[in-house]
Amino acid sequence: MIKLEHVGKTYTDGTEAVKDLTMEIKQGEFCIFLGPSGCGKTTSMKMINRLIPLTTGKIYVDGVDALELDQNELRRGVGYAIQNIGLFPHRTVAENIATVPTLLKWPKQKKRKRAEELLNLVGMDPKTFIDRYPSELSGGQQQRIGVARCLGADPPILLMDEPFGAIDPITRSKLQDEFLKIQAKIKKTIAFVTHDINEAIKMGDTIALMREGELVQYTDPATLLGSPKNEFVRNFIGADRVLKGLRLLKAKDVMQEPPLTVKVGEDPMQVKARMESENLRWSMLTEDGGHFLGWITCDDLEAAKPIREVIIPPTITAAPDTPLNEALSMMLNSAIGTLAILDEYERLIGVLSFQIIRDVLGEQEINDQVEPCKEDE
Amino acid sequence: MWNQAWNYVLNHPDKIGEWTLQHLYIILVANASAAVIGVLIGIYISGKGRERIANTVIYFASIMMTVPSLALYGILMGILSALTLPSIGFLPVVIALTLYGLLPIIRNTYTAIREVDPAMIEAGRGMGMRERQILTTVKLPLAVPVIMAGLRQAIVMNIGIAAIGAYIGAGGLGQPIFRGIANYRTDLIIVGAAFVSLLAIATDFLMGGLEWLTTPKGVRIRRKR
Repeated sequence: MIKLEHVGKTYTDGTEAVKDLTMEIKQGEFCIFLGPSGCGKTTSMKMINRLIPLTTGKIYVDGVDALELDQNELRRGVGYAIQNIGLFPHRTVAENIATVPTLLKWPKQKKRKRAEELLNLVGMDPKTFIDRYPSELSGGQQQRIGVARCLGADPPILLMDEPFGAIDPITRSKLQDEFLKIQAKIKKTIAFVTHDINEAIKMGDTIALMREGELVQYTDPATLLGSPKNEFVRNFIGADRVLKGLRLLKAKDVMQEPPLTVKVGEDPMQVKARMESENLRWSMLTEDGGHFLGWITCDDLEAAKPIREVIIPPTITAAPDTPLNEALSMMLNSAIGTLAILDEYERLIGVLSFQIIRDVLGEQEINDQVEPCKEDE
Repeated sequence: MWNQAWNYVLNHPDKIGEWTLQHLYIILVANASAAVIGVLIGIYISGKGRERIANTVIYFASIMMTVPSLALYGILMGILSALTLPSIGFLPVVIALTLYGLLPIIRNTYTAIREVDPAMIEAGRGMGMRERQILTTVKLPLAVPVIMAGLRQAIVMNIGIAAIGAYIGAGGLGQPIFRGIANYRTDLIIVGAAFVSLLAIATDFLMGGLEWLTTPKGVRIRRKR
């Protein structure tokens, strides 16, 4: 737990970097310090481990007044990762990861074991990497070692200053996903600085949006997007805030029952009759056990053809955990108005349509492409 | 003339050996002192908020280099005799060479430490390293190769300057040169000059190896790429 009480930072030249900041990051909470550059987010974070001394106020780390601790003891108990990583080039991966354990004078074997554990945690093979030097690693791998290093002595609190800022977008998104999985396991209290609103929404349990040294809004991502406190917040999250909000929802949260599922062995004409009576243009074909095979249109159904022959195989499907923004993008890409949601065993568990997403968005006009089945005979 | 010089080498290996050893001894003592003093000064002036001191120190060390060696010997003789210390021979030469050797060592130490990636220092500090630990376990290991390069430069330069030390009785490979000049013996001059050069080249080569050996392995890999 981290608690800031009326914290202020005024530099000797008179600039007020942080003004009267009061906030609390709860145990196990992933808190994002967000804001434009110069808003004081990094300063606020660095005051927690006293890299920047505070001018006024109090900071409590796990209930203890941070100013009463020896600053180096404090820092050894708080994980720290930065954008430029700052791995030591003359030290191996194992030695880098064990930086804090070395300061804490852990025995050699314990340090080695910890380095192996952490390499596994960040998805790198200890056998291959443990004795390498940073210069032998790719940027993404170095960043992973940076994360492993800040977890070195298993501190309950992590401070991260744009740790994924300096890497390409693809690797970045991968590292974000991986780090979220790691966090789900280790449940650290995290103060994470970024200027990237998308990163904030994706990663944070809470977001502290700052401006000119002041905390403007401190809340969870959904509330921030849903009810921005003022014009600044609204502008900062951008005009596409509604779309950004889709990221917070998963397919399983809003998907609906498939309107009509058809089994492989059924009689084509009976199916056709059913679809017509329910005004459905599409239906979904499944095998025994619920495996999704594809789509059928009522136009294609003929008495002589077994259903299997008129099937349109699915070009794209989504998983229950697919965020809605990705699902929408899949639907736009494939030009299919309805997206099948399959569980991990490929069984059909629900559908998403533009209509459903539109209802979620509430205000946007997106026309549903599912139209009533027409007779053309 | 060249034959005479060659014959001299063949006939007097003992003398040449003695001069070379004297020369090496002067160089060793002078540059060891320069290394210790230079590195300490370099570390000191690389500290935070000491930029002005650093500029002044490097300025004076540079001025030192412009003083002709004979003049410096003269000045040192005056100072040393006033202190009732031996004013000719080994001592003034070693002091002069130490002063000459300081600039490359101070400058390289200072630059190498200042140029360590600030991200590393911030990471180290953020993880709870004391300033001294950052200096000894991060800055210095990374600075050593550059410091060695400075030392190499200082030694090679001083091997040449040390020859002039023979003029005030310090011995070394300057002796055959001065003797040759006094007695119109070109062969002696050639012998002295050739061995000074050989010594400088050999030392440069050795120091190059030492520079490579002291480069941390992880940094060496980066250079290879």
